[in-house]
Amino acid sequence: MGLPCRYAAPVSDWAKVRLHVVSGKGGTGKSTVASALALALAGRGKNVLLCEVEGRQGIARMFDVDPLPYVERRLTTGLPDEDGGRGVVHALHIDAESALLEYLSMYYRLGRAGKALDRFGVIEFATTIAPGVRDVLLTGKVYEAVERNSRNKGAITYDHVVLDAPPTGRICQFLNVSNELAGLAKVGPIKAQSDTMMTLFRSPRTAVHLVTVLEEMPVQETIDGIAELRANRLPVGGVIVNLVRPQDLTADDLAAARTGGLDQAAIEKDLSAGGLAVTPTLVDDLVAEAADHAERRALEDSQRALVAQLDVPSYELPRIAGGIDIGGLYELAAHLRAQGMA
Amino acid sequence: MARSSTQRQTRVGPATPPARRAGALDVDALLDDPKTGIIVCCGSGGVGKTTTSAALALRAAERGRKVVVLTIDPARRLAQSMGIAELDNTPRPVSGVQGDGSLDAMMLDMKRTFDEVVIAQASPEKAKQILANPFYIALSSSFAGTQEYMAMEKLGQLHRDSREAGTYDLIVVDTPPSRSALDFLDAPERLSSFLDGKFVRLMMAPAKGPAKLMTAGFSLITNALTRILGAQFLKDLQTFVTALDTVFGGFRQRAQLTYSLLKADGTAFLVVAAPEPDALREAEYFVERLSEDGMPLAGLVINRASPEPAGALSADEAMTAAERLRQQDAGSLTAGLLRLHGDRVRMVQREGMLRDRFATAHPQVATVVVPALAGDVHDLDGLRTVGTLLSQG
Repeated sequence: MGLPCRYAAPVSDWAKVRLHVVSGKGGTGKSTVASALALALAGRGKNVLLCEVEGRQGIARMFDVDPLPYVERRLTTGLPDEDGGRGVVHALHIDAESALLEYLSMYYRLGRAGKALDRFGVIEFATTIAPGVRDVLLTGKVYEAVERNSRNKGAITYDHVVLDAPPTGRICQFLNVSNELAGLAKVGPIKAQSDTMMTLFRSPRTAVHLVTVLEEMPVQETIDGIAELRANRLPVGGVIVNLVRPQDLTADDLAAARTGGLDQAAIEKDLSAGGLAVTPTLVDDLVAEAADHAERRALEDSQRALVAQLDVPSYELPRIAGGIDIGGLYELAAHLRAQGMA
Repeated sequence: MARSSTQRQTRVGPATPPARRAGALDVDALLDDPKTGIIVCCGSGGVGKTTTSAALALRAAERGRKVVVLTIDPARRLAQSMGIAELDNTPRPVSGVQGDGSLDAMMLDMKRTFDEVVIAQASPEKAKQILANPFYIALSSSFAGTQEYMAMEKLGQLHRDSREAGTYDLIVVDTPPSRSALDFLDAPERLSSFLDGKFVRLMMAPAKGPAKLMTAGFSLITNALTRILGAQFLKDLQTFVTALDTVFGGFRQRAQLTYSLLKADGTAFLVVAAPEPDALREAEYFVERLSEDGMPLAGLVINRASPEPAGALSADEAMTAAERLRQQDAGSLTAGLLRLHGDRVRMVQREGMLRDRFATAHPQVATVVVPALAGDVHDLDGLRTVGTLLSQG
């Protein structure tokens, strides 16, 4: 599969979205898709921030840079437009402890009490143990990056923020911050702030995208995830189908491959014409591989049909046989842009 | 380095053969060994841990052992076929198991397990107070690490019960897909560092003993926290911490018992991974951490390996020929077949290289590679197939 011939889609499906939350079942390639999406969104003159919150340093590994600090770092330039224009992608690794300290200094002049909080282990308590607080701190920083205000002087304003988020099973809990705090902080500024955050997360300026692969369990989890997001009134974005098998055979050929109906004599003739020394087993081997491939493609198609019924836009990314490197990320970004995701 | 004339290497550098490797993991020997009492499957999310655990448990049962499998979050259809779709936190017999052995299965209910521990440890009045506290509710249902801790708690319970009643001779445990790989080993430690923390001690006794000296600083904090979080927050937290402390001695003791159970000879850890850089990196972390803690690592299971290509045609040859054919006929079927073959060869080469690197770094880890099945597993027959593949390596 080569690069799509056209880089820029006329209009993105998510033109109004500022915050792209990328979730999905573990192992489906969430971080890869989030990175590719950030590259795709960074067209001419656009500033994009790519955040991670799970402490894995997956972005740094993928882009082959040093581990990311709690500082917005320039990561790379985005995928070029048709006329060569490109924007900048920054990256940020959000950890709860730094987020809490930054929050306290930004909103409260606590003076001695601030130092005492640290000395008495409150910071550690709040970030590692206190349930829910951790998620609120992480999402709070994401909120701050989207809704930059005068409190954060000299900070970059971003056109888009892409969040490499926790997996589908945890995403509603993660974003539903006021709910997490509900039983714990019933009044006070934290409560008010978490309500403001919820307003952004529930608005059309946010989209929660789910990454899946065309297998039964991840697709089922995607279906369940969408229902859960809707039940929590969180905005469902697109479904990104990752790791799609190569599509080198036509539907007719696939059907023939499944039933053993491929024309072996013609294949043998072609192989010679292609310059290969046809060994006795070569044709049989290729036909057997085709049959196995066709079976897997049929299963993919049945899952694809389920994704199509979901009533949300879906996008497909190919499986890259050589694995994902930086070049591969741009290739995936081009696919996302060509399909209108960015 | 001491030089030995008899063992002097004649050659160094890249051509040096790699250190001796542990080779293939003999799954059946592990399952059949009566000394194997616990098998813990760990690994990152999405690598097929649950299926692997269930398949191992079924295979062991059908080879004559009395097995219980503790799963965390099985796919719905698999859970249904094993008869554990309902969460009731108790092992239920799986029907359809062949042979003399037996298989029970259960799905972990994290909150319920936590509640049961509290009820068992505290006086009825205290327990009621704890169970109703908002901090306890949040901790027992959402705190990252609770699931790991409760999986270990449940394992400890099953082990004690089966010792006493002779119900099981093998327990297979599936672990939660932790964010940081070995949360389940650290969870007891984290819980105790939480309860031993300065802040918590202050919360419990702000006006007694040596803490009295610090009350000035403490009121500074409580004022700050009240400003940010509201007064009720602190009050609830204080009640929670005070109440939990009374039952905590029991918690810690049990956690330590479970920890030593994991280190004991009857336990075998299996690290489950997929042939992908991320999953293998996590696996590497598991292997290192398990060795550091002196945990008995039995081996590595690499799931979802791409199917081997047939024949000896190389990827380059296939791709070149495909290109040539495609120039003559853009829709050539044979070109498509050749490209598929080339793609498959490249995938398998890449996976092989990743496995090889892992083996070079960790030659002591016995490994079994399980090819990707075309479809998902949702019944006992499917689990049997996986079990057979596991044993064939």
